[in-house]
Amino acid sequence: MSALLDLIPSLLGGLWVTVQLTLGGALLACILAWLGGLGKRSGFWPVRWVAIAYIEVFRGTSALVQLFWFFYGLPLFGIHLAPMWAGILVLGLNIGAYGAEIVRGGIQSIDKGQSEACTALNLTPFQQFRFVLLPQALVRILPPAGNLLIELLKTTALVSLITLSDLTFKGMILRAETLRTAEIFALLLLIYFGLAQLLAFLVRRIELRLKRGWHMEGTS
Amino acid sequence: MSTAPIVSVRGLCKRFGTHEVLKEFDMDINPGEKLSIIGPSGSGKSTFLRILMTLEKPNAGTIEIEGKGLWHMERGGKTVPADKKHLRAMRTQVGMVFQHFNLFPHMTALQNVAMAPKQVLGLTRDEANERGQDLLERVGLGDKLDAHPNQLSGGQKQRVGIARALAMQPKVMLFDEVTSALDPELVGEVLGVLRELAHETDMTMLLVTHEMRFAQEISDRVAFMDHGQVLELDTPANIFTNPTLARTREFLNAVLES
Repeated sequence: MSALLDLIPSLLGGLWVTVQLTLGGALLACILAWLGGLGKRSGFWPVRWVAIAYIEVFRGTSALVQLFWFFYGLPLFGIHLAPMWAGILVLGLNIGAYGAEIVRGGIQSIDKGQSEACTALNLTPFQQFRFVLLPQALVRILPPAGNLLIELLKTTALVSLITLSDLTFKGMILRAETLRTAEIFALLLLIYFGLAQLLAFLVRRIELRLKRGWHMEGTS
Repeated sequence: MSTAPIVSVRGLCKRFGTHEVLKEFDMDINPGEKLSIIGPSGSGKSTFLRILMTLEKPNAGTIEIEGKGLWHMERGGKTVPADKKHLRAMRTQVGMVFQHFNLFPHMTALQNVAMAPKQVLGLTRDEANERGQDLLERVGLGDKLDAHPNQLSGGQKQRVGIARALAMQPKVMLFDEVTSALDPELVGEVLGVLRELAHETDMTMLLVTHEMRFAQEISDRVAFMDHGQVLELDTPANIFTNPTLARTREFLNAVLES
């Protein structure tokens, strides 16, 4: 056990990079998921078209290839991104595209009677979204969004391929130095698993908070 | 009837695909009138209410509420289709209670009722809550202000639905089969609320219903609809005891015997 523990300090720097990527990527993914999800429902076709193009392109290609493009491809066109920014950008764009479908599905799943009631009460489209659709969509969106967040955490390991020293990268370095392969990989597994559990716990907390006192038919 | 009608419908047509739901539909409704619409399912009753609530757009014809077009407006001396702003202005006159309640599940009963008065009519929170509480007490739910819809029975839900619609103080209230989704033993409490409204308010009430006895009891007039048209429009006494048309008699015999 102590043999495992003495490896941890060398991994901490990498852990911080992984956390930064996860938080930064999640923030961007969250914004893009709403823009993409709402955009796909827009009545204005250019907006809808851009949203669909974004979702399809970033869902339909691999995150690794996207990462290579942003880090090694864009410089060919004169655009240079720091590895951390390239990492956050790709993670956000990639996960955001999946998130957009979750957002769209979450809003679409709300019974049509809800918007009819809003019309009958003369709510503006914005009020309808803010007071009726959004609160109901959020509780439906959160559980799959939590899954996606864990997916994002695991995808961060790819950034070691664009020179970022994240948790996985540090682990590989440490393995080369110490040759304690089994212990290091076991430790990596544990740390990623711990982070994922932490994320799942946080999402669950938010979900319970949103639903406090509210027992919705069909969910709960 | 010498007063001008509050709702005037002329030549209203509605098609879903090739299916004609309303055909050259005409109707005048007097201010304060309680008018029930009866008829077999698929006769266009609910579609008519939904067009009045601007939930469906008619294919042809005109509707006027207090002389102003609902689905059309005047611009530069010409009659043009209503824009969003016009529809919003016209909607303040009309309210609706739905068959399936359509309550907001994430809000308490009080929030369901008070939200639109606050957001749409601009009442303060206290004013809106007071109005909401008054109305919920009026429908017999003064002890359920903080209950969420799924903690309520169907009859209670529908009474919240009625209170919610009343809170906007429309001149014309539409009731779209408001007891059809209820268990039989819960129908009475909702009809009780409607009866009280019919007797004690001067609100114009338009009810699509399958509760024949109730329609007979509270209506000023009853319309019998079939295949997208009003076939007969008369006092409840005449419709129920002495209908002119064989088709009306046939329908009434079928529903009243069951």
